[in-house]
Amino acid sequence: MTDQSATRPARPRRGRASTAAEPAVAGRGPRDGSREVAPETLVAYYRQMALIRAFELRASEMYQRARIGGYCHLNLGEEATVVGLMAPLEPSDYLFTTYREHGYALARGSSPGRVMAELFGKQDGISGGWGGSMHLFDKAARLYGGYGIVGGQIPLATGAALAIAQRNEPGPDCPAVMCLMGDGTTNIGAFHESLNIAAVWRLPVVYVVVNNGLGMGTSVEASSGEPDLYKRGASYRIPGERVDGDDVVAVRAAAEAALTRARREHQPMLVEAVSQRLRGHSVVDPARYRSAEEVEAAKKADPVPAMRARLVASGALDAEAADRIDAEAEAAVDEAVAFAEKSPDPDIGKLFSNVYTTPVPNAPHQLPGDPLFAPGELEENVAAR
Amino acid sequence: MTIMTYRQALHDTLAEEMRRDDSVVLIGEEIGHFEGSYKITAGLLAEFGPTRVRDTPIAEEGFVGAAIGAAMLGMRPVVELMTINFSLLAIDQIVNHAAKIHAMFGGQVSVPIVIRTPGGGGQQLGASHSQNIEVYYAHIPGLKVVAPATPADAKGLLTAAIHDDDPVLVVENLGLYNAKGDVPDGDHELTIGTAAVVKPGTDITIVAYSRALTVALEVARELEQDGVSAEVVDLRSLRPLDRHTVVASVRKTSRAVVLEDDWLSYGIGAEIAATIQEGAFDYLDAPVRRVAAAEVPVPYAKPLETASLPDATALRKVVGEILDATAFSR
Ligand SMILES: Cc1ncc(C[n+]2csc(CCOP(=O)(O)OP(=O)(O)O)c2C)c(N)n1
Ligand SMILES: [Mg+2]
Repeated sequence: MTDQSATRPARPRRGRASTAAEPAVAGRGPRDGSREVAPETLVAYYRQMALIRAFELRASEMYQRARIGGYCHLNLGEEATVVGLMAPLEPSDYLFTTYREHGYALARGSSPGRVMAELFGKQDGISGGWGGSMHLFDKAARLYGGYGIVGGQIPLATGAALAIAQRNEPGPDCPAVMCLMGDGTTNIGAFHESLNIAAVWRLPVVYVVVNNGLGMGTSVEASSGEPDLYKRGASYRIPGERVDGDDVVAVRAAAEAALTRARREHQPMLVEAVSQRLRGHSVVDPARYRSAEEVEAAKKADPVPAMRARLVASGALDAEAADRIDAEAEAAVDEAVAFAEKSPDPDIGKLFSNVYTTPVPNAPHQLPGDPLFAPGELEENVAAR
Repeated sequence: MTIMTYRQALHDTLAEEMRRDDSVVLIGEEIGHFEGSYKITAGLLAEFGPTRVRDTPIAEEGFVGAAIGAAMLGMRPVVELMTINFSLLAIDQIVNHAAKIHAMFGGQVSVPIVIRTPGGGGQQLGASHSQNIEVYYAHIPGLKVVAPATPADAKGLLTAAIHDDDPVLVVENLGLYNAKGDVPDGDHELTIGTAAVVKPGTDITIVAYSRALTVALEVARELEQDGVSAEVVDLRSLRPLDRHTVVASVRKTSRAVVLEDDWLSYGIGAEIAATIQEGAFDYLDAPVRRVAAAEVPVPYAKPLETASLPDATALRKVVGEILDATAFSR
């Protein structure tokens, strides 16, 4: 017996890898760094990354100040991945994601105020105050939900792709579904059942693994028999590609290629973005299981200052303009917080309004301590018979 | 009216709804080429083709979840789960997703999915294949759960389920597929959330649903011969539960027994008993009784299996005990 674990890389190589020698995908964009991309586009990406960074730092602060309840998972460190993945999505495409999804909502164009209001549990929240941080939904932006059950979104996204396949011929205008998940999520049964279904039914869905190296405190190497996560579609003949998640343009290119394949061929694909988590699993996690060197390395590779530095170095931005972008992000977040603070609490009188779509007789409506039958209700009802 | 089996009524309803609305698609294991484990979908693949009648891999969580996702985009999938026992493989998608998505996302999207699946013991299928676990789902706000007891109700409730914009679990029963009865021709849709008094009476209320209803009616007819007028209430819908029909009946009869195929503790009967004590306490002449399955994993050997399942003999005995306790003179 050889010690298998010794041969495993501690962290995947950054840069590109793929299960196909040259994946047969059309419409391939540039995939390394900022070459061939218009400077304004890169600046626009930086603007989104800065907004997500500012929003997440503020969410953390608001959580400490007890404005936000429940669990709260942040995209800190994943900004380049988030923005790169959202860039090639068309308005007609559908996005299913996880509980770590504030950034995706912002990059998809949801109002920061309504997202913050949802975290605050307010009436103007993007899910009406019913979902909280883990359950953002924006029908207009076709953000079809953040889901708090690990892997729960994967069968749903696969079914959304089924509905699309049922109604649309393959072609450049066919909508596609993007389904996000974390590295740890590739170990759950729903992942494997869904990839198999997408393969046999030929569904236009792109599965994206955001590999931040950890599922809570458990490393990829400790939890995945195949730690090269982009290879995990192999038993379903789903091609996979790994990209550097700190490189917004590379992420965009990989996502775009996979989406194009989904649209034109109704074929699923698996993309792995090697990213990182700058802080704990959620805002309350001190992450004591991580070594100081690991945390230091993550900080060094932080994609937000790196992007800013690159833009300034290339002349796409001067320092002043970069500062302005950062200040605008702060201002947008100030505004979002003010909006959330002002929004009223959801109406308790509407507690039962969203249980069902089709009204149904005898739907329960008791608050705790209420009698099963309102006074007089039974007499009336018995008399009516 | 046409006399047909419960199986035929389900089959014809599916075919009719698929002709009426092309967003209705069938999804399940072995429903196409194999024509269904219990042949409910026989011939539908030939009529509607493989995109309307989708055979799936053996992946309950995957395909139930896919049906839910398709429903979120406006399809109306009707999923067949071979038996309710296998629904446990998909319970995360049913309970944590289908039941939650409308409310949890602030009412922005609906899940118009139907899950049809048979429960039922008595077929010598052993412990893992003989359960009546509808109460797992009847407990969950956001789901609707119906349990048709007759061919006519199979048509009426399945039609309602397919027309409904919420997730509806249609609990069928292995012991009912061959049962025959009159089925109304043309449109026939029942209202989910309502029960029915299927036999009026004045002396005792027997509450039942699904297969147990047949047994309840058989016993009620015998009681009639003995001068006992039993009223039989068919719940039809387990969520929402029509508490009013139950309570109104017991206020009239002052005696009540529940016949249920599920296990006694925490079962449907427990909910009915609680409803009656709150809605008809002053009218009751005796404690509410429940006739339910013995609390063991259902055995295979016929004598053991029979002993474990509620039947007419047990119901007769309990009705007799209630009548005697209240000095009912026959
Ligand atoms: C079915 C289920 N099991 C466990 C959990 C608790 N849990 C929440 S997030 C998480 C880790 C997921 O890790 P990963 O997929 O890598 O995503 P990340 O949090 O790193 O974005 C776990 C175990 C859950 N929410 N759902
Ligand atoms: Mg992770």
